[in-house]
Amino acid sequence: MQKRVARPKKKMSFKGRDVISIRDFNKQEILHVLRTAEKMEKNRKPLLKGKILATLFFEPSTRTRLSFESAMHRLGGRVIGFADPSVSSTAKGESLPDSIKIVEGYADVIVIRHPLEGAARVAAEAASVPVINGGDGANQHPTQTFLDLYTIKKTKGKLSGLKVGFLGDLKYGRTVHSLAHALSYFGVEMYFISPESLRMPDDDLYELKQKGVKYHEVKDLKKVIGKLDVLYATRIQKERFPDPLEYKKVKDAYILDRSLLKGVKKDLKILHPLPRVNEINYNIDDTPHAAYFGQARNGVPVRQALLALVLGVEA
Amino acid sequence: MKELRVSAIKDGTVIDHIPSKSTFKVVEVLNLSKLDDAVMVAQNLKSKKMKLKGIVKVAGKELTQEEVNKIALLAPTATVNIIKNYSVRKKMNLELPEMLKGIIKCANPKCITNNDMVETKFHVRSTKPLRVQCHYCERYMTENDLEIL
Repeated sequence: MQKRVARPKKKMSFKGRDVISIRDFNKQEILHVLRTAEKMEKNRKPLLKGKILATLFFEPSTRTRLSFESAMHRLGGRVIGFADPSVSSTAKGESLPDSIKIVEGYADVIVIRHPLEGAARVAAEAASVPVINGGDGANQHPTQTFLDLYTIKKTKGKLSGLKVGFLGDLKYGRTVHSLAHALSYFGVEMYFISPESLRMPDDDLYELKQKGVKYHEVKDLKKVIGKLDVLYATRIQKERFPDPLEYKKVKDAYILDRSLLKGVKKDLKILHPLPRVNEINYNIDDTPHAAYFGQARNGVPVRQALLALVLGVEA
Repeated sequence: MKELRVSAIKDGTVIDHIPSKSTFKVVEVLNLSKLDDAVMVAQNLKSKKMKLKGIVKVAGKELTQEEVNKIALLAPTATVNIIKNYSVRKKMNLELPEMLKGIIKCANPKCITNNDMVETKFHVRSTKPLRVQCHYCERYMTENDLEIL
């Protein structure tokens, strides 16, 4: 398959394209993926019959792998791959580009998850078939970002002009960095709510500033929760704190509880990339605000859309 | 006649106006100590343009654009002239290219370039102050993080 390097100009075509970083997509392209995902929810046609997806999981991730497999099966395609790197030739010392050059002969599209940052980009440069990044260390997880965007659009009816809060570990949370970047195209006002030690990295804030994004950094969720249309919660991990006392001090301030929802907008939607531990109380699950389980389900149509698009099949 | 601090070379490269403190770094990153021909190094020389400068003269060697790019990172004020028969044949452009390939090491230990046989690539996002972004792990680096390969 001939690989496409330049961005499509006239008719938007994703055929042969890699999905490595949300930074590689402009606003129109993001919207095209979301529209295609919407069509996929109604689609029952085996659009990818005869196509093979290779899932190369160099670190475990059950959900991402299963949702990619489900997406491929729903489109009538087949899946090969491994979920345990110890069985791959990398364990014997083979370089990643070599491994990819072998696998590309077996499949029409590759999904890779790797603990090293930048591994998916290396794989894409080595492969002549499209490569989709299923997460490369703390760097990018673009299909998660597309499904986050899809969930916001589906539950709010739009992306533009929303007030979106990001809560919890904003320093290490890659889903937060990528989503903030993607939402910067849509005139979204952002609230970064975190303890000082887990605030949004300066590099990301610098990028947002360059793009003219209006954002606020706050420590107290109660002060801003009433303004928000969307609240994107993340897990605060104890191991991120050098001092356990510091963790104890901040952890309760970032746990979402029903009592916190008094005075929020009626149509506030709460998202979370999951798994949660204790940062969203179970008593929120049956409120109309909880969107996180729907968000996880949206992973399938979004991944169906991306698989079909990079294989040049229109929904 | 004013005595030359560093004698002239017939053919080769003269790197002038190096920030004095960076002089030996330039020698190091260009691996000049390995050369067989004459290499003359001087630092803490008085300069009209800058307070103190360094100068490196390399006999019998023309720097490549890739080597010049390394100097642009370390010593942005430097001038690089190629000498033929005692006169300046060519002034090398010291502007940083948009992409730096195989010149600097990524500061992120979890970057694939520090763990596999992959050449580093960096996008130059701004020059003043210097900000580069790893093509692979997408981390930003500033002048303080730079480690030349």
